Amino acid sequence: MKQVFSKPVSLKDVQTHFCPGCHHGSIHRLVAEAMDSFGIADKTIGCASVGCSVFLYGYFNIDVVESPHGRAPAVATGVKRARPDRIVFTYQGDGDLAAIGTSEIIHAANRGEKITVIFVNNTTYGMTGGQMAPTTMPGQKTSTSPNGRDVANDGKPFKMAELLSNLDGVAYSARVALNSPKNVLQAKKIIKNAFQYQVEGKGFAFIEALAACPTNWGMNPLAANERVGSEMIPYFPLGVFKNNENL
Amino acid sequence: MTALKRKFVKGNEAVAMAAIEAGVQCYFGYPITPQSDIPEYLSRELPKAGGTFIQVESEIGAINMVLGASACGVRAMTSSSGPGISLKQEGISYMAGSELPGVIVDIMRSGPGLGGIDASQAEYHQATKGGGHGGYRIIVLAPNSAQEMYDLTMLAFDLSDQYRMPAMVLADSVLGQMKESIVPNPRPTVNLPAKDWAVRGTGGGQQNVVKSLYLGDGEMEKFHWKMHARYQELADKESRWEEYQTADAELIVTAFGCTSRIARTAVEMARAEGIKVGLMRPITLFPFPKKAYADLSNRCKKWLTIELSTGQMVDDVRLAVARDAEVEFYGRPPGAGSLPTPEELFTQIKKFC
Repeated sequence: MKQVFSKPVSLKDVQTHFCPGCHHGSIHRLVAEAMDSFGIADKTIGCASVGCSVFLYGYFNIDVVESPHGRAPAVATGVKRARPDRIVFTYQGDGDLAAIGTSEIIHAANRGEKITVIFVNNTTYGMTGGQMAPTTMPGQKTSTSPNGRDVANDGKPFKMAELLSNLDGVAYSARVALNSPKNVLQAKKIIKNAFQYQVEGKGFAFIEALAACPTNWGMNPLAANERVGSEMIPYFPLGVFKNNENL
Repeated sequence: MTALKRKFVKGNEAVAMAAIEAGVQCYFGYPITPQSDIPEYLSRELPKAGGTFIQVESEIGAINMVLGASACGVRAMTSSSGPGISLKQEGISYMAGSELPGVIVDIMRSGPGLGGIDASQAEYHQATKGGGHGGYRIIVLAPNSAQEMYDLTMLAFDLSDQYRMPAMVLADSVLGQMKESIVPNPRPTVNLPAKDWAVRGTGGGQQNVVKSLYLGDGEMEKFHWKMHARYQELADKESRWEEYQTADAELIVTAFGCTSRIARTAVEMARAEGIKVGLMRPITLFPFPKKAYADLSNRCKKWLTIELSTGQMVDDVRLAVARDAEVEFYGRPPGAGSLPTPEELFTQIKKFC
């Protein structure tokens, strides 16, 4: 029988702890497929962050360092400088990267560290229990914005992919979504590009992945998936904001 | 063997020279007085030795880079003072929780807050009691000369690798800025355990994970008891101290770091007048050489602790000495003009004798 489909070898054959309808699993898979396509899993070091993404080492067949909240880009800098011939990536959520870790991500990007950053934007703190994140949408109700995010009080959501694309040290910056087959295929291509930049030693690559968090949004998986398209993508447009092969 | 050429250097430069001799591969730091000679020296010399120097955006970034590099199994270090050391505590806690080696140099300045840039010993508690969250300890070494800034920095790397925990060289602005003649000793040959826990890429083999998260039933408690046993082993095998004129002493002065140098002069002044005074100087502040204090205090019952603070190490001295020993304290809280003179300490000795 001809095999037409298989799990990426970079992923372990285990069940995840992610909630039904959560997009972390899809993003994990696309990252693993990118690693498979370059055959780099055995020389890759992942930098896990805090929250739902901390269990990276439970799902990937790779070496992993756990980082303090928001500090993964600094940890990854230490890893990459100590082992420049390894592939190094961080996997961070929005509360991690766009709030407590703003300093670390901006400076790692500005130094042009030759790492890949996977940034999962689900507009809320997942594991901590649905609090307001820097990416929470205007008016979005969370456990710490019970009346909805008030932009007069809290400012507007960060658009990290656009913000980082303005730094000269960034080689590649893009935003993807996982809410439709078309977007998943596009995300697959873009995540692969982000790793290719590192495989070829070209520089800092940043991927923002819009993701559903049905549990903390108080939605069923289908409704949460629809919200990505109806509310998030209009505010957080998909696309490649920086593609500088000349770095 | 040709004799090693003596060098006339600042304590801070001695630290940086020793780090290179110890094979440090990565230094990550941020400028702050009075330790900036360390990053300045290493920015110049470490790349020549094949290492990496990064001036980081913050102390938090720097300690987390140390965490990342150390997780890869290479020797990594950072240095700072006062406010910067406070910022590093988050990362030091994670390193302790992840059982990672790494060297942190603290050239103490006065505080709290911005304080000042004068010599201080007020970070004794922060350094020796676990400065961050979670109930951990790190190795703390207290040099009292430029030579020891060199030797103990080298030792910090070895002990840190041996026991898989961060090690701190705890000095102050006097020791950092003072120039003295040193012999830049070569790195000693030490048998250290292989870093088979390091992340390197699996190479198709076993997965290595460096982490401090323990969620399983009983896992965290088990970790704490394991580290408790390691701290005990450290105390048994690595406690270091220096005694001066203690054999017949009727009063023993105890002080660490730069204060011990002033105290020694005061002890010499007392001896010149026939007063039987000795000096006990702890070199490891964690582990605190408790047994040595207990042994000495079985014979000598009068103790005088001197510190550049309102009293921190004195707590450990009181816990370590025999129950019937009497421990007095003389402190000068850190700040401009608060460094005691030998005459001042001699007066204190006479008062207590």
